[in-house]
Amino acid sequence: MKMMSGAAMVVEALKEVGVTHLFGYPGGAVLDIYDALHAQDDIKHVLVRHEQAAAHMADGYARATGKTGAVLVTSGPGATNTITGIATAFMDSIPMVILSGQVPSMHIGEDAFQECDMVGISRPVVKHSFLVKKAEDIPMAIAKAFYIANTGRPGPVVVDLPKDIVNVQDSHPYVFPDDVTMRSYNPTLKGHNKQIKKAVASMLKAQRPVLYVGGGAIVAEAGAYVTQLAELLHAPVCSTLMGLGAFSSVHPQFVGMLGMHGTLEANKTMHNSDCIIALGSRFDDRVTNNVDKFCPHADIIHVDIDPASISKIVNAHIPVVGSVDKVVLQMLELLADADFTNQEQKVADWWQQIEEWRSKKCLQFDQSSQVIKPQKVIQSLYEHTKGDAYVSSDVGQHQMFAALYYPFAKPRRWINSGGLGTMGFGLPAAMGVQFAYPDAVSVVVTGDGSIQMNIQELSTCLQYGLPIKIISLNNRALGMVRQWQDMNYKGRHSCSYMESMPDFVKLAEAYGHTGIKVDHLDDLDDAMARCFATPGLVFMDIMVDQNEHVYPMQIKYGAMDDMRLSKTERT
Amino acid sequence: MRRIISVLMENAPGALSRIVGVFSQRGFNVDSLCVAPTDDESLSRLTIITQGDDKVIEQITKQVNKLIDVLKIAELTEGPHIERELMLIKVGNKTELSRAEVKRNVDIFRARILDVNANNYTIEITGTSDKLCAFEDVMSQCGDIIESARTGVCGLARGDKALRP
Repeated sequence: MKMMSGAAMVVEALKEVGVTHLFGYPGGAVLDIYDALHAQDDIKHVLVRHEQAAAHMADGYARATGKTGAVLVTSGPGATNTITGIATAFMDSIPMVILSGQVPSMHIGEDAFQECDMVGISRPVVKHSFLVKKAEDIPMAIAKAFYIANTGRPGPVVVDLPKDIVNVQDSHPYVFPDDVTMRSYNPTLKGHNKQIKKAVASMLKAQRPVLYVGGGAIVAEAGAYVTQLAELLHAPVCSTLMGLGAFSSVHPQFVGMLGMHGTLEANKTMHNSDCIIALGSRFDDRVTNNVDKFCPHADIIHVDIDPASISKIVNAHIPVVGSVDKVVLQMLELLADADFTNQEQKVADWWQQIEEWRSKKCLQFDQSSQVIKPQKVIQSLYEHTKGDAYVSSDVGQHQMFAALYYPFAKPRRWINSGGLGTMGFGLPAAMGVQFAYPDAVSVVVTGDGSIQMNIQELSTCLQYGLPIKIISLNNRALGMVRQWQDMNYKGRHSCSYMESMPDFVKLAEAYGHTGIKVDHLDDLDDAMARCFATPGLVFMDIMVDQNEHVYPMQIKYGAMDDMRLSKTERT
Repeated sequence: MRRIISVLMENAPGALSRIVGVFSQRGFNVDSLCVAPTDDESLSRLTIITQGDDKVIEQITKQVNKLIDVLKIAELTEGPHIERELMLIKVGNKTELSRAEVKRNVDIFRARILDVNANNYTIEITGTSDKLCAFEDVMSQCGDIIESARTGVCGLARGDKALRP
């Protein structure tokens, strides 16, 4: 039996579960762990500039790879600073483990210096948490934390480590478990056969089927099966914001993102469907619009690994609990015997209708404008990256433009905060992606508002030489807030403008990077080419139309397909 | 509608706060909550009285069941079940008449007097919540209620049905 200190156990156990990168920031309560980290080379520690960014980096790393992101922070403010990052991961079901330092056990509850009840304060936004009380329990706690984080519906797990148990001076027996089993935690992966039969019968009967694919399909790596199913049924496919890339956005059967800023054809297809096959999606309010008017003609098949997501918002006619890959595979096995010779003909009318909606070209925008349109920037980005970049996004108009105008052909390429909508997510997430894939093109699409919420990480980028390309759609305003104010508050722009904006080019340069400002449409293409030809981090400060709105957009309280198509046109 | 939900969970630190958290986070009601270790000391059993229609109860059950510490959950009110609650109540009685009246009602309700003082009785009563409320009413009529404490409901399903790990 190996004897070692609590701090060494933390590092050993992290190696054991396969951690390659640890995003963190030192402080009093975790100095012992940092000392143990110093003595090894297997785990690369990334020193951030703010703990929130550490959580987002681990998150970006996890979204791009499917592996569990790992974070190490000190007690008190170190821990509380991660909360937004943890909540972001929680809402989007991202596997992450946060190791937080804690004051020594004997001082817990005394309001000691840098004390904070991390298990308590994080409780509503974690999948589970551990307060480790004995050094001997460290390996098991870490093993369980990683197991819980990345099985079932993934999510963040906090491991709180009091300083006395990680003390480098003491020695304890180290036993890492061969295998983790928990009698109270056994996620259901395979679907119930009876439910699958029902689901398949309903699909085969359908005249107007549609696949509604969500983030669960990406988590389960189910893209290939989902594509097979869609092709067999010859059904249109729409995707949630979180599901983009699970089914290729350039596939002819793809009708676009659905929901609040979905395409007209996606929302029309959903609304008029007689059979919705929901795969790893959760009928979020940003999808359904008014639930009472939601898809009145459809039988709803809802596949999700989380039983609590099923029939939470919209009642599922055929619920199937299980992971999307396993369940769709079970469906395909049943469908192997079915006769599909007439399938294409059966859905011919349906496709004719969909083509009519498509022909409205709801994503058109003013091409003659001399002011740079944000949509144009995203299209240019798509061309210059050949549609193959990892695109991390912040939150706001630019996020929707990126989701709509950058078709993702592969899963895990679109990295955004969908559920919590966290501004400041983009840059650190793109950094996490770049650490995971040093040779990949990692792009951030952001705006002048969002980028300033974690801009300090430009310093971390310099330290680790991350060649991230930042595409900032600068409209000198909080675009999405301004859009809502235009629509719902008679154009009263209360606090949605930005005064005293920094010179982003100089700022990038001050941090040791390259900055490029683009004022004129004619320069856009060249500047974009220069951005990708320049080694290292490039900050593109692109002056876009301040008055542009994101369309289409669902009309509040309406059905899915009640939409504004432009400032003047409605469905 | 009043529902009784029974939860079997790990007898671990923080488990209770997680369950209570689900109720407050998701806006579910808790009328009463009763929790203690079971015959197997590694497990705790928790009984919650809540209000809600079928949809709400389905969500409560699923969300609570999702917690890592929770092994099993069942709604007792779904089938035949037994429920009991215990109340301790201190009743002041200044007159001889009041003392006699309280004593008589204690017998009628099959309650027990646990502590006797010159000016008050402390009484124990077990039963359904309704019975406890009825007794409380009667006591307020024949004496002065000084204080009372109730345990909250605990219950089991009738017959062979059981909540086991």
